[in-house]
Amino acid sequence: MASVPEKIRVREEVAAWHPGQIWKPPSDVQRWIDLIFRRLCVAFAAITIVLIVFLVLEIGVKAVPAFRDHGLAFLYGTTWDPNTHRYGILPEIWGTLYTSLLALFFGSAFGIAAAIFLSEGYLGETVFKILKVFNLHFHPFWGHLPERLEALLKNLIELLAAVPSVVYGLWGLFVVIPLIRPGCNWLHAQFGRFPLFSTDLSGPGILPAVFVLSIMILPTITAISRDALVSVPPKLRMAAYGLGATRWETILGVLLPTASRGIFGGVVLAFGRALGETMALAMLVGNANRLTVSLFSPANTLAALLANSFPEAGAKEIPVLMYAALVLLAITFVVNIFGAIVLERAAGKAEAR
Amino acid sequence: MNKKRNTVCLALVIAAVSLVGCSSKGNSTKLQGAGASFPAPLYQKWFKEYSAAHTNIQVDYQSVGSGTGVKSFMDKTVDFAASDAAMKPEDMAKVEGGVQLLPMTAGSIVLAYNLPDVPNLRLSREDYTGIFLGKITKWNDPAIIKANPGAKLPDQPINVIVRADGSGTTFVFTKHLAAISPEFAKNVGVNTQPNWPVGTKSKGNEGITASLLTTPGSIGYIEYGYAHSQNLHIATLENKSGNYVAATTDSAKAALASAEMPPDLIAWVSDPAAPDAYPIVTFTWMILYKKYDKEKLDALKGLVMYGLTDGQKEAEPLGYVPLPDVVVAKDKAAIEAL
Amino acid sequence: MSDDKPVTAKQPSHAETLLRRAEEQAAKDPFAGVDFAELELSLYRPRTLFSIILSWIVSGMTLLALVPLFAVLWMLIWRGGQKLSLALFTQLPPAPLEQGGGFGNAILGTVIMVGIATVITVPLGVLTGVYLAQAGSTRLAAGVRFSAKVLTGFPSILAGVFAYGAIVLATGGYSSIAGGIALSILMLPTIILTAESAIAMVPAKMKEASIGLGATGTQTVWMVLLPTAMPGILTGVMLAVARAAGETAPLLFTALFSNYWLASNGRVNLMQPTASLAVLIYNFSGMPFKNQVELAWAAALVLVALVLVTNLIGQSFSRQQVNQ
Repeated sequence: MASVPEKIRVREEVAAWHPGQIWKPPSDVQRWIDLIFRRLCVAFAAITIVLIVFLVLEIGVKAVPAFRDHGLAFLYGTTWDPNTHRYGILPEIWGTLYTSLLALFFGSAFGIAAAIFLSEGYLGETVFKILKVFNLHFHPFWGHLPERLEALLKNLIELLAAVPSVVYGLWGLFVVIPLIRPGCNWLHAQFGRFPLFSTDLSGPGILPAVFVLSIMILPTITAISRDALVSVPPKLRMAAYGLGATRWETILGVLLPTASRGIFGGVVLAFGRALGETMALAMLVGNANRLTVSLFSPANTLAALLANSFPEAGAKEIPVLMYAALVLLAITFVVNIFGAIVLERAAGKAEAR
Repeated sequence: MNKKRNTVCLALVIAAVSLVGCSSKGNSTKLQGAGASFPAPLYQKWFKEYSAAHTNIQVDYQSVGSGTGVKSFMDKTVDFAASDAAMKPEDMAKVEGGVQLLPMTAGSIVLAYNLPDVPNLRLSREDYTGIFLGKITKWNDPAIIKANPGAKLPDQPINVIVRADGSGTTFVFTKHLAAISPEFAKNVGVNTQPNWPVGTKSKGNEGITASLLTTPGSIGYIEYGYAHSQNLHIATLENKSGNYVAATTDSAKAALASAEMPPDLIAWVSDPAAPDAYPIVTFTWMILYKKYDKEKLDALKGLVMYGLTDGQKEAEPLGYVPLPDVVVAKDKAAIEAL
Repeated sequence: MSDDKPVTAKQPSHAETLLRRAEEQAAKDPFAGVDFAELELSLYRPRTLFSIILSWIVSGMTLLALVPLFAVLWMLIWRGGQKLSLALFTQLPPAPLEQGGGFGNAILGTVIMVGIATVITVPLGVLTGVYLAQAGSTRLAAGVRFSAKVLTGFPSILAGVFAYGAIVLATGGYSSIAGGIALSILMLPTIILTAESAIAMVPAKMKEASIGLGATGTQTVWMVLLPTAMPGILTGVMLAVARAAGETAPLLFTALFSNYWLASNGRVNLMQPTASLAVLIYNFSGMPFKNQVELAWAAALVLVALVLVTNLIGQSFSRQQVNQ
């Protein structure tokens, strides 16, 4: 029969091997696991940097011949002629930025609105009030309806992300363009002097592309912003209500600033997606190499150019396309630096509040 | 309790997924091809029927574009390729062991248009060259009216639709336009993705078809099969002899018959001279290595022979043109020699 | 004798006067001085009106945002719905002008390739997110965060081209593993950024409490941070999976397509060209044959349903975690 101190010692040794015990100081095994795990995390993080360096190198190496042939004139030329080997991607750079920024604007506006709608639980509240009228709000089945409907709505919006980009392209071609054509041509006829409406919508163009692109990035912004809004500590919300703020004064004054980091993260992801969207834009943006502000005119983006030219590109064209790809990565780079600076300033102001 | 149920569920799913696709093919020879999208429907029909008839052979073909197909072929990641633009000599030289091109089928490129009131549009050579050069911009241009006396041509701008992506179809069409118009050859040139002076761009044959269906007053160049299946109006074109010829199997056959097939089996029919020939017709080639190991060689030989004999009967219903007998004979000789 | 001088009471100080006045008032009316009109929840008050108008605007915008979803789903159901049957899951793609057929191999291929990509990116991405959330602003962390953000803009076709050069050429053929790796390049940035965001949103109190109890950093991560951040991480994973399932361009260069089942001789062979729903939709929607086009729409419907089911399964897992 072991003595009590011995039993305690045995129990402690056994406990030391169990990784889950956190209410005792860590044993050696646990310290060891901790070290390995930390190193593993750092290694994995480094892999991301290695990956992007590797990507940039691969593309860069293939782009070198094009860089030698065309140099910086590539960036401000406007013709793309494989026959005479004159290549310039200024219209594509402009098209990429124009469509992505417009899509980001509309996508964020509607996306954040949807996120606020989801996080405030309007649907659940309304359904609850209706149930109360019928006195069903504690019913075993109907009583759960508000939260089930909220979950359904959340899943429906995330479902937008599941539609393949090819299907969005086809939808745009068959449904969106014929639908908006009469309205756009009317706008062109009435306000043709306004630069935004200066051409007519003869088919694919910037507006259909921006419309579909904003729908594609909306679920990303909504899902991530909703998570950010929901994870604001309930205390803050209650404190604001307690001080007498109305619902929207809380949202605008307390919730949005607190969740701004998360929301901005979602916006960054959405912008990246907009910049790199290939298939849908290749079908909808019209692929015309022209610099234009008109919403109805066809334009071109770097990703669409790559998608259209790559499958048939001969050995002489591939370096040029790789050069264009590098330019796209550089644009993402610059935009992210810009965004980081904006975030620093905004975060400083929000935290000061 | 929940964890156990979850792991059981997961195990069942994995088991189901791995068992559901069990086919009982023995040691099968697999052939993988990639290339042009133009002959893809026909090749897929051939390969599926051939594989069904020969249980130990599986042939697969994926349309990725002539350029990518040739690239994969040169990288040796596929067993054979297909291209509308044949293969350039410098690319052929890069493949060790040599390549063998075999024209397997042919097809016509048509000018489809969207003018509900004009069911039979006739376009002279100057007309359609002018349209694609941007010189003729309205449907009621005097040149078009001259070719279509009595037709109700509207006073609308011509909405030209061209390809946004690089394509063998464009290559063949520009080759024809360059052959009949020195101005086109100089200003635009022959290319899979030329700098068109006019036109809105759509991606793929299906994109141009969709644009034609939804844009009034439009005209574009697509393969015959697409225009036929969507019941688009097709323009009758003037050929080299001055006759207006519609795009039918017979007119295309007449065009192909005039082709002189050189020993390397690469021939272009950019401007056929026969009186009843349709002007825009092209062969499309299958590209093979000159050396294969025995199994694959036997499978490929059987496949190609099938395509050249029974397969030719399936060309017409799908919108392609059966090969002239001369070409079939030369192909057979070439494949036997491998 | 009485004094002549009257006895004056001590004058109260100013503060005492005020205090007495306040006490009297509190006894009489505790809410005096409060402007109740401000707190009134009535439409005539500008603050309430503002709040209610904004609520309606936001509800309207959300409804508008749902309209395209229903439009797209309606188009898929209308054009592809008549093809929905069990044959879709058990048959192989039909040849042109052939009736019937299905895309069972494409469903399997998508599940396998997205599965491979998920298995690669989830550990990689979540652990990187853990590191970023803990490390904050060291140079390496800033560099990793920046690289992940730049990677979000990577066009999908380039992921395919890169994977072609790196893997297809190296292994000598198209394979589903190459396809999975190309997809993981597209999934990784989303998972890294959402994981970091989700872990950073865990209240610091919980982390500090765990460390205070004596847990190592690793134990804190596994037993406190990850379970709490699980819903947010899952959102990111689901978004990434949804995107990867629908991407065509990367698969065209890495996994190509196949008209046959993936398994042969009773075993699943991953190193061969593999069918996928996205490439099937891309191919079939471009063909001039009615059967193929309808199958393409049906495939799109099946793809959306598949992602929805994965979403729901993932959410049920996450709920169980929290309930434990």
